[in-house]
Amino acid sequence: MTIQSLDPRITRAGIPSEDSRPLEPKEDLDQFETWEVFHQQKRGDFSEHVGSLHAPNAELALVMAKEQYARRFKCVGIWVVRTADILTLNTEDEDIFATNAEKKYRDAGGYRVGNRVSAFKQQQAQAKSEGAA
Amino acid sequence: MYGNLSIVDTPAGQQAADDPELLAAFEARIDRGEKIEPHDWMPAEYRRQLIRMIEQHAHSEIIGALPEGTWITRAPGFKRKMALMAKVQDEVGHAQLLYSAAETLGKPREAMIDDLLSGKSKYSNVFNYPALTWADTAVIAWLIDAGAIINQHTNAKGSYGPYCRALARICIEESFHLKYGYDNVVTLATGTPTQRAMLQEALNRWWGPIMHFHGPPDKVSQHTEKLVRWKVKMATNDAMRQEFLDTYVPKIWELGLTVPDPNLRKNEETGEWEFSDPDWDEFKRVINGDGPCNAERLAVRRMAEEQGRWVRQALRKPNHAYVAPLS
Ligand SMILES: [Fe+2]
Ligand SMILES: [Fe+2]
Repeated sequence: MTIQSLDPRITRAGIPSEDSRPLEPKEDLDQFETWEVFHQQKRGDFSEHVGSLHAPNAELALVMAKEQYARRFKCVGIWVVRTADILTLNTEDEDIFATNAEKKYRDAGGYRVGNRVSAFKQQQAQAKSEGAA
Repeated sequence: MYGNLSIVDTPAGQQAADDPELLAAFEARIDRGEKIEPHDWMPAEYRRQLIRMIEQHAHSEIIGALPEGTWITRAPGFKRKMALMAKVQDEVGHAQLLYSAAETLGKPREAMIDDLLSGKSKYSNVFNYPALTWADTAVIAWLIDAGAIINQHTNAKGSYGPYCRALARICIEESFHLKYGYDNVVTLATGTPTQRAMLQEALNRWWGPIMHFHGPPDKVSQHTEKLVRWKVKMATNDAMRQEFLDTYVPKIWELGLTVPDPNLRKNEETGEWEFSDPDWDEFKRVINGDGPCNAERLAVRRMAEEQGRWVRQALRKPNHAYVAPLS
């Protein structure tokens, strides 16, 4: 007995309806390498990370990336890179960024000169009017 | 597409105790509305439940492509054939995005596919029913996808970063599925008497599975308080079902279609929809393998797996090592 499906293609495939064969065990790592995908939505944009995929080599990774991450909407470029080749900071080390907010001397906002200029101008004007008197 | 999520807590006694300090930091992060990322410390139970949930969701997408895929060769007209192919490809793409998200938690994709084929891991029950006519595909694309969208929008507000990112991409594509399905339904509903009858019959067939879609009522589902606190479970089954009814029943009625449930009505006092209990015994029976299409669905996946094996083996390189996706 084979599977009789509403889909004629499935019926024609002649799949046994009672398949008691055990699944053939997969070899260890019977799975392609993992790739990370970046896309650029329009010229001038940064290329942004959009997700990952499995592919056996770089060329197929690009083909898969186009199908998986750029089959609709605007896209002008794709990069793929082996996940294994990406070096990341340990998340436990996230605290090395903790003091960023305190480094006011690195921000434009850390410098306030307007008040000092106004005070200076006021002082100058005062000195001038006192000199005239 | 995904529904009938059935998260069950492991009895407290069987879980190794989590480091209280790490647990407190983890929970504080979630309370602040921050996402959890793959390499963060997380309770074993959080990881286990997320793998289970995302994996089931992925399986549902890949199996969900089958009932509609059946109609690609017989879609009425070139434009609808193109659109249906696009939708089915999207569903398979959703599976890939979700498998990747689950892989970041430590379970390789092939292990998940093995568990699908062996029956150890479940998928959404609705896909064990056949799409008998073209109108069935219209009802699936409109109403099953509508149910899935409610579920996916809800889960997209959860705490696990990779799952939320995958869902954000998925939801954008689902809005096309919904519109495409509605378009097909409206074409049939405004068509000839034969087309209208075909649509009404499809709706009658699918109403039970649709009411099953968001899972058993909360009064019988398991204790999930911790999963709610960890933002794994984001809404109750009943709340999602109510949202579905509130949005779609009026749209069904305005097309002059009837819903095969004489008790379906909105209680204007409570604002809640009232309906006959769907057959939860059937739901259980089908989930446990005894549905009209369970055997075919798994057999087709198994065929794909076995016939593709030589390709995978030919392309494999002996020095390949498995690496989980980054995020
Ligand atoms: Fe989907
Ligand atoms: Fe969909």
